[in-house]
Amino acid sequence: MTEKIALDVPFMEVSGELCKGCQLCLAVCPKSVIAISDKLNSASYHPAFYTGADCTGCGLCFYACPEPGAIRVVKP
Amino acid sequence: MAKQFMKGNDAIIVGALAAGCRAYYGYPITPASEIAHAAALHFPALGGVFIQAESEVSAINMVYGTSGMGVRTMTASSSPGFSLKQEGLSYCAGAELPCVVVNIVRGGPGLGNIAPEQADYFQITKGGGHGNYRLIALAPNGAQEMCDLTMKAFELADKYRNPACIMADGITGQMMEVVDIPEGVTDLPDHSAWAVTGKPDTSGNLISSIVLDPHDLEDHNLKLDAKYKEIMANEVMYEEYKTEDADLIVVAYGVVSRIVYSTVDLAREQGLKVGLLRPITLWPFPTEVIARLADSASAFLAVELSTGQMVEDVQLAVNGKVPVHFYGRCGGVVPGSEELLDEFNKITEGVTQS
Amino acid sequence: MKTFEKSNSFYQVFERKSGPAKEATHYCPGCGHGNVHKMIAESMEELDLTKRTVFVSPVGCSVFGYYYFDCGNFQAAHGRAAAVGTAIKRTNPDAIVISYQGDGDLAAIGTAETIHAANRGENITVFFVNNAIYGMTGGQMAPTTMIGQRSATTPLGRKEDIHGNPIRMAEMLATLPAPTYIERVAIGNSKHIMKARKAIKKALRIQAEGKGYSFVEIVSACPTGWKMDPVNARDWLVNDMLKVFPLGVFKDESDNQDEDAWKRHFEPFDKAKVDVYLDRMKSAVGEIEPTVLPEDLNCKFAGFGGQGILTLGLFLSQIGMRGGHHVSWFPAYGPEMRGGTANCSVNLSSERIGTPLVDHPNVLVVMNQPSLELFEKDVVDGGTIILDSTVVEGTPDTKRLNAVMIPASDIADEVGTPKVANVVILGALVAATDAFTPEFCESTLRAIIKKKSLIDMNIEAFRRGYDFVKKA
Repeated sequence: MTEKIALDVPFMEVSGELCKGCQLCLAVCPKSVIAISDKLNSASYHPAFYTGADCTGCGLCFYACPEPGAIRVVKP
Repeated sequence: MAKQFMKGNDAIIVGALAAGCRAYYGYPITPASEIAHAAALHFPALGGVFIQAESEVSAINMVYGTSGMGVRTMTASSSPGFSLKQEGLSYCAGAELPCVVVNIVRGGPGLGNIAPEQADYFQITKGGGHGNYRLIALAPNGAQEMCDLTMKAFELADKYRNPACIMADGITGQMMEVVDIPEGVTDLPDHSAWAVTGKPDTSGNLISSIVLDPHDLEDHNLKLDAKYKEIMANEVMYEEYKTEDADLIVVAYGVVSRIVYSTVDLAREQGLKVGLLRPITLWPFPTEVIARLADSASAFLAVELSTGQMVEDVQLAVNGKVPVHFYGRCGGVVPGSEELLDEFNKITEGVTQS
Repeated sequence: MKTFEKSNSFYQVFERKSGPAKEATHYCPGCGHGNVHKMIAESMEELDLTKRTVFVSPVGCSVFGYYYFDCGNFQAAHGRAAAVGTAIKRTNPDAIVISYQGDGDLAAIGTAETIHAANRGENITVFFVNNAIYGMTGGQMAPTTMIGQRSATTPLGRKEDIHGNPIRMAEMLATLPAPTYIERVAIGNSKHIMKARKAIKKALRIQAEGKGYSFVEIVSACPTGWKMDPVNARDWLVNDMLKVFPLGVFKDESDNQDEDAWKRHFEPFDKAKVDVYLDRMKSAVGEIEPTVLPEDLNCKFAGFGGQGILTLGLFLSQIGMRGGHHVSWFPAYGPEMRGGTANCSVNLSSERIGTPLVDHPNVLVVMNQPSLELFEKDVVDGGTIILDSTVVEGTPDTKRLNAVMIPASDIADEVGTPKVANVVILGALVAATDAFTPEFCESTLRAIIKKKSLIDMNIEAFRRGYDFVKKA
């Protein structure tokens, strides 16, 4: 569900299928750039998603997320 | 052949060393502690492991750990301690881990006493822990067999990836006899296909007894059951003594069989046609040979240091063909030869009368 | 460029996991186990330990640790992970052993294993996930459940006077001398998590360097068990749990330890070495030199403890072994042990020995008064009874028995010490039964008596006993 993002700016991405919608990433994001989808994924969770701008690549959401593969953060 | 005069309990450790056992985990309990004493002396001297564990439960779980690495390992205890090991044995059987556990059986139930009994027969041969599993059970009746059957137990445990148990008693453990020290240690099998050794080549392996899906767990049980049937078909060990023309077949194992040897000789001097069938493997039980003997003998007598446990397996094997009698002492009381001879006489008189 | 992503120490796909979602964990939303797993995997990878790591999963929600970590895996019985881990580490000191346990597993059913592995200073790493509840079994009270906290088994809340207090494992273990590193961390907020990452990595590094036992307690969250949403659960962790479980380093000796100070020695099986070792176990009597026994000996030796009764039996046994005979020796085992008396049964036979117990001896040695009364009647007709007349009064039935009354203790005293009275008796026994030549016995004694300075005295004692009978 992530769109192509310019590689020279930090970004985070959420695997909509692996996310369990716990919202811990939202709680720790200093820039509030993560939101929750209206739609359900195949496991019946409302997954988080990156709103698309202002991620600093700090990685806090990655460590707050309990799922090994749900969040990826890239800081060029 | 190099000989040494040694206690049965010490001979167990000689057998273990000769079998390539590298780690001993134990907890003190009479009358099995001498096995731990010998292990404490010899295992570290050979670069192996000896740990006096904090409990019997820890000891068997340490065995689980080393066994899961594909390394030969053992523990020893006596009845109350053996009870505590049941959960761990069930895990070992479930995870298909080879190991050797010695039970120097003492008087029970509860704390009982430290004198010899054979009342852990049910626990050992019918699976003392939870779930569908079996222990391979060997019953030595002297110091040489304490050594040799310990080696055999390691061999069988590895061959079938299942725990094997040595069932003995305080007399067999304390008694000293001449033991041929094993010469030439057998090469050890390669377990890298399933063991988890902490080395990269086995990092894909898993030691576990959990199988969540009922169908998968049923398959696992059926696989174990097939293995147990194979053991029953191939690994039965027994000794026959003067059974060929015997009217009365005495079935006895362990220390009791030693007394019965003498009593059979006494009985023969009196003209009584008595023979001994000694199970060496208690599980698998020598069912077939007993069934065969039931075609020619007039009666069976099971003699045990219990109120009657192995006798049930004798009855199953005889299957109603001839009477099966029982004579047992317990609490640590060991029958003498005259006492057994009286019993033989009573039964053979009955046979003659009928 | 820095990328935060799934560690390579995790399996890319969780093939062992049942069900369809093979890339997601089995944990509930917001569960702390996932966070801790990620931090462990990250440290394993950064320290390059993955392929030699053995991860021990407990019983509890993290029972399926082996779904995830791409290393060697064990699943242990409830509470036993530290014992299993101990054995793994001792059997391969180069393995990296992680014992991953929850609060029920580590602090209730496995308390003993936990404490004793720590007390031995096992060079393993224990990660203790404390979430104040039994998760897997359905939300029962854990040893770390908070006062007032409701659970399936404390429906009205945990009460101190009924259920006891939440247990502080890190503090308890820090009282032990052996552990190297004990810290409590949390995953309540980002700051906590960054500290927890450091602690987890440090604990594994300590193990990799052979510096000893490391224990990291991670105060974690169980939203399902606590019946909270994940975000509120983290807040409760921070605001309530940390009051009872304060964060910090409780012990850190890592800078004071040498590398490999706690690495235990283990050698894999070496056939040649075991062969040599077993060869040394053979008896000092050396090769068998077959002798002829005039008749089987079924002996009972009886006296007080301390008179060398059992040793007397052992000496005769080893002479018999060297002579190529079947031999059994059995010490008193049962009621006759009481009252300070000692006895043993010895059988020497040219044929297989049946019962090792001697009910009817053909040779009885009596070295104290009670034993004469106790055992004389058991001797077979025509049997031999040998008594130490220095200490035993009275005469056996000489019509029925061949009686040898020898002042063994007096003779021994003359030889040098009353302690060799047993060997005087041995000489008398051999003379009375003609079971062996005296020369055969003496050369055997020379081989088996370990203290060489005592050999001559024993030989003289034997000879005096032998001559006493032969010259009578």
